[in-house]
Amino acid sequence: MNRHLLSIHDLSAEEVVRILDTAESFREVGTRVIKKVPALRGRTVVNLFYENSTRTRISFELAAKRLSADVINFSTGGSSVSKGESLKDTALTLQAMGADAIVIRHSSSGAPLTLTRWVRGSVLNAGDGTHEHPTQALLDLYTMRDRLGRLEGLRVAIVGDVLHSRVARSLSFALVKMGAEVTLVGPPTLIPPDAAAWGVQVSHDIGAVLPKLDVCYMLRVQRERQRQQYFPSVREYARLFGLSRERAGLLPDRALVMHPGPMNRGVEIDSDVADLPRAAIEEQVTNGIAVRMSLLFILLGGSGSQEDEQEAGAVRLPEEVPAGA
Amino acid sequence: MPESVLFRGARVVDPASGTDEVADLLVDGGVIAPSPGPAATMLDCDGLVLAPGLVDLHAHLRQPGREDKETVESGCRAAALGGFTAVASMANTDPVADNAALIHEVLELARAAGTCDVFPVGAITRGLGGEEMAELGEMVDAGVRLFSDDGRSVPNARLLRNALTYVRAFEGVVIAEHCEDASLAEGGQMHEGLTSSSLGLAGQPREAEEVVVARDLAIARLTGGRLHLCHLSSAGSAELVRRAKAEGLRVTAEVTPHHLVLSEEDLLTYDTNMKTNPPLRSGEDRRGLRAALGDGTIDAVATDHAPHAVEEKEAEFDQAPFGTIGLETALAAVLTHLVEPGELTLARAIDALSTAPARILGAGDHGGPIAPGRPANLVVFDSSAEWAVEPPFASKSRNSAFLGRRLRGRVVHTMLRGELVVADGKAQR
Repeated sequence: MNRHLLSIHDLSAEEVVRILDTAESFREVGTRVIKKVPALRGRTVVNLFYENSTRTRISFELAAKRLSADVINFSTGGSSVSKGESLKDTALTLQAMGADAIVIRHSSSGAPLTLTRWVRGSVLNAGDGTHEHPTQALLDLYTMRDRLGRLEGLRVAIVGDVLHSRVARSLSFALVKMGAEVTLVGPPTLIPPDAAAWGVQVSHDIGAVLPKLDVCYMLRVQRERQRQQYFPSVREYARLFGLSRERAGLLPDRALVMHPGPMNRGVEIDSDVADLPRAAIEEQVTNGIAVRMSLLFILLGGSGSQEDEQEAGAVRLPEEVPAGA
Repeated sequence: MPESVLFRGARVVDPASGTDEVADLLVDGGVIAPSPGPAATMLDCDGLVLAPGLVDLHAHLRQPGREDKETVESGCRAAALGGFTAVASMANTDPVADNAALIHEVLELARAAGTCDVFPVGAITRGLGGEEMAELGEMVDAGVRLFSDDGRSVPNARLLRNALTYVRAFEGVVIAEHCEDASLAEGGQMHEGLTSSSLGLAGQPREAEEVVVARDLAIARLTGGRLHLCHLSSAGSAELVRRAKAEGLRVTAEVTPHHLVLSEEDLLTYDTNMKTNPPLRSGEDRRGLRAALGDGTIDAVATDHAPHAVEEKEAEFDQAPFGTIGLETALAAVLTHLVEPGELTLARAIDALSTAPARILGAGDHGGPIAPGRPANLVVFDSSAEWAVEPPFASKSRNSAFLGRRLRGRVVHTMLRGELVVADGKAQR
């Protein structure tokens, strides 16, 4: 496996399975009274957040802390970044301080890849612009596999503002990689040009898609898109593409409803629907910690000095997670 | 007065006279001599090509205002090393070249540098604001032949109409347009397509260029004005120009080496040196541009040399400025990727890099013909010499889209009015 996780394209299908299997072992840690294992003791993980995202940052922070790593939160407000320091200089500073892993959230697509040019540690993409959010996709895959028992052949619709969604990109790439059938649903203005080349279907009729689904994945729609004239009004958007209670009734019995959060209740998803038993939205959050533990553990190799890893050229994947270590 | 120089045994390629033959050429007193003879300096040119000095219709020399990126002096040295004897310098300096005083200043800086003739481009509108016509006549008197608001289109069609009509009063004056519909291109970081969708970068569609090309051609028809279209990037734009020329409109067009050689897929690593405006487009567009250059629909190759500071380019993709340097790589890029594979004849390549742009610019001393009594503005190059594109450059910047690539074709000598400004690949000033 690569030293970094920048994009779902960095992973093979086998590596995805290993990440999910490793997460399975770590999920148990979260159920204990003392939710901690010493796997990354002495390692330093920096959360470098150029965008506010309390949920993702807390999830990564908990994941690193449950692995006993030292965690530093570096956010743009109140740091040298607000004084105009460049990404390069921030990277060199973190490098000089000995960061073993940098978890980066940035509003510019490609910023995590750019960061890898200046640091020796692992870089984890925690969402870059409208590019990718690979850890979200992996936790979504984990949740689907956990609930439905498989990924291959699953029929999944990703509904909403696909054009501006890093979640939709990573999730589409990941599901296609694992053999699922993906349909992107949304107004034509919010479906990326040439998206069909990702190996997905495209539809503009949510009602026609719902009865055939195993998973209906709703994306957050920002009100800003109305101002940018991607659709005429939030009301009309909700009427045409929102998952209303009646629409949710079109789903097969076992089908899941998912959402990466934070939700706009009443816009892309009816409040009642979000609270149905078929909604896996809270599980997504819980599973996110285990999946991020798995990723940090695998990328940082659990043990062994950094020099060894540099020499080996790649991080060793542990044969098995030290259960209850 | 420069001393006499004899070029021995060069393959002389001169599109203006239709010459392509091995010959000796004597330069004496700054001009081409009637016949070869003894000279103070004899240069063995066996296996080398001798051609009229190259002419660039489109370079950003950044002075005044951003002397940290380029100066007229450093830009002229880069040009000479790239085989250019004449360069049109764009008007988007700070302050903007929208008045005769600033034109005089740039010309003076170029004279002091003495390595390449500079033809300052004047702004069409005051401050490039797109609202009021600049004093075009005053700038014509100062020596301007090409006007452009490069960096953006003239947004107001009526203003463009008036500018194209107004310059009919001046012989040989050309209005050059950067074709980009601001609303369609807004926020776009690269060509819109599969690559932009996957990279999550906002795209600008080729239609952002094509709608303005179509508008401008219609206004050229309306006015009978002399229009030049800058850095065409799409096959559709070339097709529009092809039809306009067939119709007899007075229009010319240019294309850059990077649009001829690279494509959107080269952006997969978010390399900001590949971030240009107009953006690198699809392989299909590139094919269309090459065909249009070959059949003369697109008249000239122009660099759009756009130097930027290292710290500006070493940034997040959407925060980095648009542009690549190009003066030192243009000839080699065309030779390596178009002439060598047989897509373009050497004579047509020289025509596109020298004779045609000289004609568009009204640079009578440049672009050939190589004939007795003509000013000796010449380039000698080795089309088989391979080299790696890497710093140091003569340009003060190093944001080359070709960085790290190997190209074939190296300038050996560049001569400006009989003076060797580049000899054996080294700048002499």
